[in-house]
Amino acid sequence: MPESLTKFIFGRLTLESLPLHEPIVVATFVVVALGGLALLGAVTYFKLWGYLWREWFTSVDHKKIGIMYMVLGLVMLLRGFSDAIMMRLQQAIAFNGSEGYLNAHHYDQIFTAHGVIMIFFVAMPFVTGLMNFVVPLQIGARDVSFPFLNNFSFWMTVGGAILVMASLFVGEFARTGWLAYPPLSGINYSPDVGVDYYIWALQVAGVGTTLSGINLICTIIKMRAPGMTMMRMPVFTWTSLCTNVLIVASFPVLTAVLTLLALDRYVGTNFFTNDFGGNPMMYVNLIWIWGHPEVYILILPLFGVFSEVTSTFSGKRLFGYTSMVYATVVITILSYLVWLHHFFTMGSGASVNSFFGITTMIISIPTGAKMFNWLFTMYRGRIRFELPMMWTVAFMLTFVVGGMTGVLLAVPPADFVLHNSLFLIAHFHNVIIGGVLFGLFAGIAYWWPKAFGFRLDPFWGKVSFWCWVLGFWFAFMPLYILGLMGVTRRMRVFDDPSLQIWFVIAAFGAVLIAAGIAAFLVQIFVSIRKRAELVDVTGDPWDGRTLEWSTSSPPPAYNFAFTPIIRDNDAWWDMKKAGYRRPLSGFKPIHMPKNTGTGVILAVFSVALGFGLIWYMWWLAALSFVCLIATAIGHTFNYHRDFDIPAAEVAQTEEARTALLAAEGARA
Amino acid sequence: MKRSGALLLFPLAVLLSGCDLVVLAPAGDVAAQQRDLLVVSTLLMLLIIVPVMVLTVFFAWRYRQSSTTATYTPDWDHSTKLELVIWAAPLLVIICLGALTWLGTHLLDPYRRIDRIEPGQPVTQNHKPLRVEVVALDWKWLFIYPDYGIASVNELAAPVNQPIDFRITSSTVMNSFYIPALAGQIYAMPAMETKLHAVVNRPGTYTGFSANYSGAGFSGMRFAFHGLSDQAFADWVNQTKSAQAALTRESYLELERPSEHEPVRHYASIDPDLFGAILNLCVEPGKMCMNEMMSIDAKGGLGLAGVRNTLPLQYDKVARRGAVFGTDPSYVASICTAEEAAAASRAARNDDDRDWPLRDLSPLRGVGLLAPGAGTRRADAERPSLGLLRFEL
Repeated sequence: MPESLTKFIFGRLTLESLPLHEPIVVATFVVVALGGLALLGAVTYFKLWGYLWREWFTSVDHKKIGIMYMVLGLVMLLRGFSDAIMMRLQQAIAFNGSEGYLNAHHYDQIFTAHGVIMIFFVAMPFVTGLMNFVVPLQIGARDVSFPFLNNFSFWMTVGGAILVMASLFVGEFARTGWLAYPPLSGINYSPDVGVDYYIWALQVAGVGTTLSGINLICTIIKMRAPGMTMMRMPVFTWTSLCTNVLIVASFPVLTAVLTLLALDRYVGTNFFTNDFGGNPMMYVNLIWIWGHPEVYILILPLFGVFSEVTSTFSGKRLFGYTSMVYATVVITILSYLVWLHHFFTMGSGASVNSFFGITTMIISIPTGAKMFNWLFTMYRGRIRFELPMMWTVAFMLTFVVGGMTGVLLAVPPADFVLHNSLFLIAHFHNVIIGGVLFGLFAGIAYWWPKAFGFRLDPFWGKVSFWCWVLGFWFAFMPLYILGLMGVTRRMRVFDDPSLQIWFVIAAFGAVLIAAGIAAFLVQIFVSIRKRAELVDVTGDPWDGRTLEWSTSSPPPAYNFAFTPIIRDNDAWWDMKKAGYRRPLSGFKPIHMPKNTGTGVILAVFSVALGFGLIWYMWWLAALSFVCLIATAIGHTFNYHRDFDIPAAEVAQTEEARTALLAAEGARA
Repeated sequence: MKRSGALLLFPLAVLLSGCDLVVLAPAGDVAAQQRDLLVVSTLLMLLIIVPVMVLTVFFAWRYRQSSTTATYTPDWDHSTKLELVIWAAPLLVIICLGALTWLGTHLLDPYRRIDRIEPGQPVTQNHKPLRVEVVALDWKWLFIYPDYGIASVNELAAPVNQPIDFRITSSTVMNSFYIPALAGQIYAMPAMETKLHAVVNRPGTYTGFSANYSGAGFSGMRFAFHGLSDQAFADWVNQTKSAQAALTRESYLELERPSEHEPVRHYASIDPDLFGAILNLCVEPGKMCMNEMMSIDAKGGLGLAGVRNTLPLQYDKVARRGAVFGTDPSYVASICTAEEAAAASRAARNDDDRDWPLRDLSPLRGVGLLAPGAGTRRADAERPSLGLLRFEL
């Protein structure tokens, strides 16, 4: 084949692009490939493809999409954590002239991939999944406003994740740090495909995130059950609303800034270059105008989870609901006024730096108020220390430390000595693990029975809990100390042998966290095995307070046979107190959206488009772009988008539940 | 309980005593003031954090389900007094911290000339600052001493108790210039100049490095910073002057190429216009300097004729490839001779020296605080002001 033809077909993809010279990557590939083949084989053997396609991949049911988001987050957590433990190992052994076991080319990709994956493909899918599953149930809706869009958003997120995973085995990932600052990420200093993978993975996933943000805002604004005024919404729904407002307002900034970077790299514009009037400082500003709200996008929904959990397990109304809501809204607004604190050291004037430092500190006021509200919800409660509540108490004790170091970093002169140090790394892991991750585990343990109809096994949950909490303290307290010793981030080798002991302790902490993740997986496995024992037929295993606990577990496709009417912000608690009885007759047909495979197809074309652009396979990019547009237009002509669940079927489902409840009642 | 706690803390104490918490025990006055601010802020915040942690544990234990004596009020969810307290307490702390931040940020602005050598010893007219021009290269540091006409790679020396004025830039990508023992860091960015003012009080050898990831050789981008007595510094200068090498544009272009773990190098003489040329991206002969381009543009530009004033680029940094759909790599050609450009650049840079000697060396204080570099103080600055704002670090 002539060289020009090869070049036309494969762009810059050659055999040398495959990292065959990196034994670690090859071994990983072998393991992943074998595991993947085993999975595909099992699915084929058990003839599950049709089931998966009909019931899950094409589903527009917000509950199933929510669960798929959680699965995606969990799978990517394993990848992101592998990166983490590789870094910890490298830093623990690269002393006394040792180069460690990772070369710069590999190590620099690992820390970039770790950051990108953990934020975009672990935390975001987990948070979005939780909101997707819970919000419609909490507001008494049957689905989200735009069910197809929801499915499409999910598959775009998967598409981004696939591109990131592909970079591990085909080519390389960016070696720039997770925010890819130019000029380092420009074509001059990163001529390879790594940064292109970064750009297109985030652009594809970003479409999904933005659309799902729009979808959930509409859902919360327009689809609340009658009687649920804004100030009667559950706190989790409130925090979800604020998070999605943040998503819709900030992700377009990310899209724009990555587009500018892509233009610099593809068509030779000079937005962020050194020469020809470009200014890298503009990139740093723009990316953090997205980046700081992003932090609150992650944490706000978990603040909601903690509110629900504290109030449920204390058996008390949430203390200070109104101030909780206003605190959330204040945080939402303020999160836009603080981005510059990520680069006080870029040389802004003292007044600018102090302004952004002080706005950052002001955020700690509503956050502190929230903390006190949870405290006073516990005060004079009757606290049941089930797993979600344990995570909540661990969160309160851990997060305040992270909050304190965060405010410390907001004091510009203190930041000058701690910026980019391991102190900073310890700080943001302290808030992201101690806040987001702990909250997710609380949320998963709390809503798992709702999603599957049985509880999670408490023993393995507790093992996981203690491994995570202790592991976190062991892994990150040494980093605070190293930061005070002036050790900076992203280092691959060290000269000073006195630092080594701290890195060894941190590595031990990472091993504990690994045990925590393993115990979590065991917990899921064991719970599925013991599901008969752990079953909950009431639909309300925790004596819950909000609407999702009023329906069956798992809820029927239509969520609620009759739309509930709300009189109080603890709607279900109020219904229980008022002697609510399930309606047993008078069912009507329920209008529901129909499944569609268009979301999957659009995402496949998007991934192909991204892959073509990354490798300069212009024919592939052009072709998949045309297909993408054609499919999108084609879908608008699909008029068979809805159907009615017949009243008889609804009656049948509800009768089955009545029978179950009666049997349970007889047993008790 | 207490004893077991102490036993648990013991290994930690041993570990900590063995390590050098340089950020908490620096050798320079600026870093020491930054440390003070850090410690004061931490203590202030502990006023809130400790009670919250204690209350969390106490409430969790006191109101556990199995407790038979604890009160249970399932419908109690509001108390105006309590709400006032929980908003006011963090607010008060943040007001204090905010005031500290405003003052501290202005006092410790890295662009502001320092006004004291150490506590109780103000800077006088005799303390003429040592000027150092810093260039972050891939992956080493170049230090130019314009006052002495010398330069060094990966080694920085300064006399103790003498103000140092750093001018910082980078040749290719972003770095951060950081000597923890001396003062906080500031970014080194290509085509831009950042400033740092500091002083070292204790003689000794300290570590400096880049604190912003800059590519493959980043881990090795470290240098030694020597705080020397006046005599030792004079010796160091003489020793450097006895080196063979000269830092010219040619040898700089050679040095600029990416390399890792460079040994210390000295240059006995320098091209005085080199730093300006690096800053304005015109070390290569025939390239138009950025400041030149900007002043042409400020006067209305060259019009359409200027569009064609480019030459194909043969060598620029390491891997200039141009974008796949972009035009071929090119650069804007200079339209004046190298001497003219150098003279213009020198003239522009000499403007910086206008604020030496300093007109007003009294310390900044409270109300009437001025932006750094501003000329005279406001007349009302001497009037009595709030005690809090008079706080001086």
